[in-house]
Parts: sequence; C-alpha cells; structure tokens
Amino acid sequence: MRILALIRQVLDAEETVRIRAGEVDLSASKLVVDTMDEYGVEQALRIRESGVDAEVIALAIGAERNREALRTVLAMGADCAIHVTTELALDPIALSKVAAQVAQQEKIDLIFCGGQQADWDSHALGAATAERLQWPQATWVSALEIHGQTLTGRHDAEDGSEMFSVQLPAVVTTQQGLNEPRYPTVPNIMRAKKKELRVVSMESFQVEPKLKVIGAEIQVRARLHKILDGKDASAAAAELVELLRNEARVIA
Amino acid sequence: MILMVVEHANGKLSKSTYEMATCARELGREGPVTALVLGYATATVANEVALLVDQVLVADHAELAQYDPEIWSAAVAQIASEGDANAVLIGGSRSGREYSPRVAVKLDAPLLEDVVSVVSTEGVVLAERYTYLARVTEKVTADAPVVVITLKQAAFAAATSGTQAAEQFDVELTLPQRRVQITGKSLEKSSRISLAEAEIVVAGGRGVGSAEGFRTLVEGLADVLGAAVGATRAIVDTGWRPYSEQVGQTGKTVQPKIYIAIGISGAVQHLSGMGKSKCIVAINKDADAPIFKVADYGIVGDVNQIVPAMIAAVRK
Repeated sequence: MRILALIRQVLDAEETVRIRAGEVDLSASKLVVDTMDEYGVEQALRIRESGVDAEVIALAIGAERNREALRTVLAMGADCAIHVTTELALDPIALSKVAAQVAQQEKIDLIFCGGQQADWDSHALGAATAERLQWPQATWVSALEIHGQTLTGRHDAEDGSEMFSVQLPAVVTTQQGLNEPRYPTVPNIMRAKKKELRVVSMESFQVEPKLKVIGAEIQVRARLHKILDGKDASAAAAELVELLRNEARVIA
Repeated sequence: MILMVVEHANGKLSKSTYEMATCARELGREGPVTALVLGYATATVANEVALLVDQVLVADHAELAQYDPEIWSAAVAQIASEGDANAVLIGGSRSGREYSPRVAVKLDAPLLEDVVSVVSTEGVVLAERYTYLARVTEKVTADAPVVVITLKQAAFAAATSGTQAAEQFDVELTLPQRRVQITGKSLEKSSRISLAEAEIVVAGGRGVGSAEGFRTLVEGLADVLGAAVGATRAIVDTGWRPYSEQVGQTGKTVQPKIYIAIGISGAVQHLSGMGKSKCIVAINKDADAPIFKVADYGIVGDVNQIVPAMIAAVRK
C-alpha cells in the first residue's frame, strides 16, 4: 500500500503575523509543518508500524523553504518525499490539481490531508483532491482503523460524531484526537538526511491560481480594557456585573 | 441564475439560509435567486424558502435523507450547469465546507471559502475572508463566469421573508452511488442552548482547576445567565469536558454578544474561535495573560473567589 501525506508549511501559531505592502509577509517568520498535517503523517506511520506493508510518501508544493518541512516529516519516519517547487501563490483548488496528479503518478491508495489549514483557514484541499481523483473522502477524522481495503473510523459531523466505513482508495482529512504526533529523535533526524527528497518542477502540472489575493489587514478590534483588581473578590464581582448590566448591557 | 443551496435541519430552515438569501440579493450578479432544496420530506422547508427567493427547485427523495458529500456535490453541480448559474452559494457549515470544493472542481470554478463579505462588479467577484487563525482579513478576487462561495456563519444579516411565495419546481437528478457508509451516530445532546446560536457563552480553561471546578464555576455562572458552555482545547484533552464544547481552531467558532472566559490564558488557537465576540470578559489570576489584551472587561484575581461572587451578584 502507498500512502501520501500532503504537507503544508505554515506560520508557527506563536509567531506574530506581519503584513508588508498589503500582503502577509512570511520571509522573516518561523514556519512549521501544519499541526493538522502532522496528524496525517503520524497516522500513516502507525498504519505501517501495525504490520501493513505500506510506504509513506510526503508531498509539499511551494517555495524552496518547504524542504525544511519535508525533512521534518522524513525525520518523523516517512520513507521519501516529493517537493514540487513553485513561487506561485496557489489556492487549494489549484493545489489539488497537483496533488491529484502526483497521487496518480505514484500509484497512491490512501491520502492524508489536514482538516483545516492554519494559514488560509481552508478546508478545501482534501475534498478537492478526492474529487479530481474521483475518490470518496472522510473528513475531520478523529479515529481510524484499516482492515485490508476497508477503512473504518469516527469523524466529526454537524452535531456530534459519526462512525463510517469506506473502501480504498480514499482521502482522509484529519482532526484533533486522531493521534499524538511523535517528535523526531536525533538519530532519526540524521537518518532523514539520507532519505530521498525528490524535487519536481511545477511546469508539468499546468496549474494556474483561481484566486488572487489583493489585500491583507491585521484585524484590530478596539476593546475597552476595563480590568479590575480582584483582591476584594465580592466588590470586584459586583462592579463587573454592574458594568455588564448597565454599561455594556449584555446581561439581564 | 444565482443558486443557493438551502440548509435545513429537523424540518426547519437553518439561520444560514436566511443569511444566504441576503447575500444572494446583494451579490450583484444577474439572474433570479434560485433556492435548491435537497432532502427527504422537505415540503415545509420548500414553502418557507419560497418566501425568500425568486424560484425554488426541489429534489425530495428518500435517498437524500442522509447527507453525503459526493451526492450533494453531484446534485448541486448538475443544477448549476443546467441552469447556467453564475454563482453558487453554500452554507459555511461543516458539510457545506466539505462538499463545496467538489462542486468547484466539477464546475472548474474558483472557490471562495467562508467569506464575510462578497460583491460582484463587472464580472469580478471581490470577497473578504479571515485567514491565519482569524488574525488577518484578506481580500481576494476571482474573475470567472461561475464562482462557488461558502458563507461564514452569522457574517450576513438574516433576510426577512416576503409575502409572495415563489414558484416551486421538482428537479430530476442523476446521483452517484453512496460510497461512505455511515454505520453509527453519537449525537451530542445537551440540555443547554447550542454554542453556535447562544448570545451568552461562559467558557473555562485550565485555571478552573478541575472537572469539579468547571461544574461549579463555569456551569454555575452559565446557569444563572442562561448561557451556553465552552471549553479550551487543554481541558477537552484532559477529558474534563466533551469535544462538542471546545472553542477554537479545531473546535467551534462562536460570535456571541458576550463571551466570559474563566481561567483561560488566551492562546492564539483559542482566540481564533471567539475573538469576534462583541464583548469579551476575562477572569484570570495572571495579569499578563494574553486574554486580557482582547478583553473589554476583566478581573485579575482568583476565579474560585470571583466567580461565586459574580453568581451571587447576578442572582441579586
């Protein structure tokens, strides 16, 4: 079985977002593997470790920096990595065209993708890739088992969760709770340097962005910042309740 | 035409459908606003939406009783193609955001996800959406004959129903086989009002100390205020509270009139789920906690003393 993990390199959540000339500027920021994508890598590794004859391939599409993310994933335990290089800013629908073609070329049976991306706050990449491949999808998966060609598991639905069953090939998007991703150990980081990281040019995929970002602004919302000292708990509580009732008028 | 896919549950239109109607009317693309109702036993829903739009297309079949992303996207793309739609509006619910990318691929259309505003001028669609864990507002454009748009919940005003009911038409659909079998459901039923629709939310973090502390402080205050209850990821992970109560990046996004954060430090992942609340109140012992930076009101102090005093003050 061949498993593809889609990897996106995103801004570290602890980092401040910087904007320059109307666009988000990541050039001086720390970037990391999207946590939601790490769940996918971890799950793929667990499938391989459970005794299933599986190969885990990581794919990143984007600027040269993405190779750091792929090295991290190789150090976690992926078998090999593919980097499709481009400086183009591609939206998820455009990206899915590349992901689907790579999946076909690599004869992939199962794709993992993050449930939501920490940069575009998008849910689209997994579903769009599934559509291009004409595969079924299971999204927001928080528990997964594999028996032969059958995937069973649990995923979040509109209100509550559902148990599902689907045949391979399929796309699975991840959700918190699926697993606890491992940290790369030093020996594995050393070993990862010798693993295959194939660099492919974007040209062969014939992809154009469907969207254009024309402006970005940090959200600033003016807040009142009326912060009371709570040393005298009952006086502070009474004052706060009074403010919420009669100044903000948000409680009865 | 402008096609909007009706969201409904338990035989009633969802709030998001009224919001879609507003968006459709103000979008600035040509053609009748057309509602598509997918489901089973949907007569009431179709009659309700007929008061919001110019025409209603109804596919009422037993096989549409259970949502499925492949079936829904096939149905929507078929109707959009046959009716030459120039915009397809879909709700920003879990399911809407799950099947909309498939519709975009089928129509070879751009997808504008979870927009908070959208307008079409001379064929170019300009939308605003939140990115980077809702810390940035990005403006994006799409220049295409048909665009697929999902609308962020509660971002658009709800349309009011007219008095003239639009005509309804039954539609024939060619639907694919269901490939994902749903073998069980666990509905998270709560006696409280739902997080997404609540005007008041009381939420707790690690600072409440224990599962018992959460019950006394967070649920105690929520009870006297008639509020919904929310939790941070940290305490959902420890098992004190169910995932259905989690607010933040991987949980729910809420936008209540007032959000009261008890013992919550305010990690960026949590702020991304509640930062748009109209009024934010923080109670925390650490004066440097990031939650105070986004708070309108707050108390620096011991939650075990302050919250019971607040409960008493509200009761007065």
